[in-house]
Amino acid sequence: MGVEGIGARVARKEDKRFLTGKGRYTDDMSVPGMKYAIFVRSPHAHAKIRSIDATAAKEMPGVIDVLDGRQLTADGIGNLICGWMIHSKDGSPMKMGAWRPLADQTVRYVGDAVAVVVADSVDEARDAAEAVVVDYELLPVVTDPVKAMADGQPQLHPEAPNNLIFDWQLGDAAATDAAIAAAAHVTEVKIFNNRLSPNPMEPRAALGIYDSGDDHYTCYTTSQNPHLARLVMSAFYNVAPENKLRVIAPDVGGGFGSKIYIYPEEIVCLWASKRTGVPVKWTCDRTEAFLTDAHGRDHISTAKMAFDSSNRITALKVDTIANLGAYMSLFSSCVPTYLYATLLSGQYDIPAIHANVRTVYTNTAPVDAYRGAGRPEATYLLERTMETAARELGISPAELRRINFIRSFPHQTPVIMNYDAGDYEASLNAAMGAADWNGFADRKAEAERRGMKRGIGMSCYIEACGLAPSSAVGSLGAGVGLWESAEVRVNAVGTIEVMTGSHSHGQGHETTFAQLVADRFGVPIDSVNIVHGDTDKVQMGMGTYGSRSGAVGMSAVVKALDKVEAKAKKIAAHLMEADESDIVIENGELKVAGTDKSVPWFQMALAAYTAHNLPSGMEPGLKEGAFYDPSNFTFPAGCYICEVEVDPDTGRTEIVQFVAADDFGNIINPMIVEGQVHGGLAQGIGQALLEGVHYDPDSGQLLTASYMDYAMPRADDLPSFKVSTSNTPCPNNPLGVKGCGEAGAIGSPPALINAITDAIGNNTLTMPATPEKVWAAAHAAN
Amino acid sequence: MYETNYHRASSVQEAVKLISGAAEGKYLAGGMTLIATMKQRLAAPSDLVDLRHIAEMKGITVNGRSVRIGAATTHHDVASSVELEAVCPAICALASHIGDPHVRHMGTIGGSIANNDPAADYPAAMLALDATIVTNSREIAAADFFTGLFETALNDDEIITAIAFEAPAKAAYRKFPNPASRYAMTGVFVARRDNGDVRVAVTGAGSNGVFRHQGMESALAGNWSPDAVGNVSVDASDLMTDLHASAAYRANLIKVMTKRAVAAA
Repeated sequence: MGVEGIGARVARKEDKRFLTGKGRYTDDMSVPGMKYAIFVRSPHAHAKIRSIDATAAKEMPGVIDVLDGRQLTADGIGNLICGWMIHSKDGSPMKMGAWRPLADQTVRYVGDAVAVVVADSVDEARDAAEAVVVDYELLPVVTDPVKAMADGQPQLHPEAPNNLIFDWQLGDAAATDAAIAAAAHVTEVKIFNNRLSPNPMEPRAALGIYDSGDDHYTCYTTSQNPHLARLVMSAFYNVAPENKLRVIAPDVGGGFGSKIYIYPEEIVCLWASKRTGVPVKWTCDRTEAFLTDAHGRDHISTAKMAFDSSNRITALKVDTIANLGAYMSLFSSCVPTYLYATLLSGQYDIPAIHANVRTVYTNTAPVDAYRGAGRPEATYLLERTMETAARELGISPAELRRINFIRSFPHQTPVIMNYDAGDYEASLNAAMGAADWNGFADRKAEAERRGMKRGIGMSCYIEACGLAPSSAVGSLGAGVGLWESAEVRVNAVGTIEVMTGSHSHGQGHETTFAQLVADRFGVPIDSVNIVHGDTDKVQMGMGTYGSRSGAVGMSAVVKALDKVEAKAKKIAAHLMEADESDIVIENGELKVAGTDKSVPWFQMALAAYTAHNLPSGMEPGLKEGAFYDPSNFTFPAGCYICEVEVDPDTGRTEIVQFVAADDFGNIINPMIVEGQVHGGLAQGIGQALLEGVHYDPDSGQLLTASYMDYAMPRADDLPSFKVSTSNTPCPNNPLGVKGCGEAGAIGSPPALINAITDAIGNNTLTMPATPEKVWAAAHAAN
Repeated sequence: MYETNYHRASSVQEAVKLISGAAEGKYLAGGMTLIATMKQRLAAPSDLVDLRHIAEMKGITVNGRSVRIGAATTHHDVASSVELEAVCPAICALASHIGDPHVRHMGTIGGSIANNDPAADYPAAMLALDATIVTNSREIAAADFFTGLFETALNDDEIITAIAFEAPAKAAYRKFPNPASRYAMTGVFVARRDNGDVRVAVTGAGSNGVFRHQGMESALAGNWSPDAVGNVSVDASDLMTDLHASAAYRANLIKVMTKRAVAAA
């Protein structure tokens, strides 16, 4: 592997600039004549806009203009869309209501944008925004998705009676029901998956620059997928044709899914720049982020799991209600369907599964993918159900899982997925060993003597990532293909640039992608630059989400490297008058195998560009591109074990041990993988223990709009994680990699809740397991 | 934040003069609440008069068991005072757990007391220590000082210059932090004097702010031990219910924190 190649623990190249404050984020961008936007937002969760009076605001110091939704509509800017079509089980298409970038008639959640002020300074824009008078006619509010479906409730969109967006199913209902009827035991569980706010460290921002000379737009934005942003803004929002729109996502400080989507603000900044004739920058403040960043999760489910007399699962039936908020965000429809119900088989051989999912509009912020996106919801449901079943059946949770593990591959589940490889027992054994599972009884007894309740819980997760085979997702309703692209450009001096359609916003691509090149050509990673995030520099690509950069983005790089290698060998063979099949590349040299003849890498590159002595008919230069479309998802899996001590007097939970044993296939950089797992675990533990978005049910006001009320995990909430990996290489991509970005957030919540419920002897507990809830549950009869 | 005029006073007299000349002036005594509120445009003082640099309001003096803490003394200075630690370690420990290091280096004891946030730590200490709040015009007993949520006996433009108390024989503070804000969801300060007088002051829980719990006090006056707390009933009807904790849970926390404070004292 070499010291910087595949598998090497290389320190991240990008960290120097991040740690020394030299990162360049959207808000750091400054262009001549730039002005500042502040949005006027609805303080009401549901209201009709009677009128907007900006007369006074326009007269205020520094104000360039105040623009509202009617002007935006008049200029032909389109609705925000959801790009994944889901059909209800009756065959009808999902019922998508209009989402205007600036509401022109109705506001549907607190924070809905109704106008934008452009001014010389942020403070002047803010002053003027306060002076915009919006006359609202208040409408009744509904925030609870179950209530929203009932008759007589407030209706958010005329297109969606009873606020029902779709009523979808997957799997065989009859077979599932029959298996449940015939079961020796049925475990039934109610599951609530709490709504989360994504909280990237860098809030969203956009800078729209209209150049009237070329009738051209540039948009700097906090995006995980700038090409997708350009495509959507061009094809659906009528901002500008693609060749007149450049989207740049420079350094981006975390996304967790929330920066996949195209939000109203970037559209409005571009449009406002043309309207006002000045570049317009908007930077979200933290309160706006809580109000308007797409939230995650928010499912209410029931699960019935059937077992035969030997404790084998015979069926799983799931009914889920997913709250999608006031509007359908870009990928909101696929999260509670194809990213959720397709994972309900987990690591288990389940003959029959049926899932029914209803999605509902409410007067809350839109809900979309958040780290894990559907897979955490599936894992939480499944692993809480397994734990409950083990307790009911009186067998150990590990044994129940072992009995039901899938053991031969490929394995076709009843819910679309075809698992390619895995060894679930290996992860389970590794985790139980690392956690000293067998020593738990002694530790519990010792804790008991100190008056503490100790509990242990596990979670065996599987996820599908490496999104995704384009034809497969297309047949399921996706509006885009989910391939990835790469271009490898060898310069005349031998240094290398890799243009990738993947986007790094914390994942470390500048290091890991460079490691692929170093590994292949034996050149130092410092001679390799990874270029991403700019639609003018990089060919069309699909961006980063769903743990796809390794499995899909790197695979595209590998394909391009294959082409570069082939041409480089031809050139070298020609230079050394050898047969190209005898050329090997090692340590930055192209050698003739079995001889002492060699050409340094840079000399071969120079020869490619001088073109003085190339094989007959060969084009000069050395630059190759590739598109890679995966043939399947990849299936990372693992086992997490959490051990807690609960203080019965206060209900406070302390995590005393957390073990993660993951199978991510081959690993490019173990240090980065560990970092991803640590971050994912922190987010999963945050969901299980601390985080939760709350709206006032009567007014629709967001009650958790700051860190005073929204509890983020902090260092002292977390233990030192014990992480390890095992490896069944993915057979479906050239690197054998799977994906590690989301696993921690997917696998950890049920392990934690299983541990707490084990400690307190009461299985009824919802996330987040706040001290009060745990205290109450510990003192209530099970 | 709206525009405001910043003034740095070098004496109490100058501070009073500056505030009387301002249209809508506010004293700034660390600003750990005020500045955040101003940033959110929820407060808009025309002028800020900074009290943190007034020499006569800074520093800690310990004379025997008599303690005087200048109102502009930061939490960090209270937490790390060797003299104070020797006579009343409980208040040092309390200060060491306020906010984070940044807050502890900016926030002051006078600012905290004057703000009387119902979840702040110092008000409980003041009540339990039977402290005297010294202002530029009078001395106010802590028992008379805290009058409600964010309400105190201070007159407009009155400045707390110091707090003073006699160090008790035993004291301790235990708080259960709000998981989000880390303010006290319930905090209990207990103090016992050689004459057997016991005070138990509770912050973060009362719907009308900090208060003394008479039931706990009499139980502990009779038997200064954690076991004495067990049978004391805590009435939840005057306690706060919010997103993070119900009144019933806070009632439980009052007992648990009292017990632990007594054990630690």
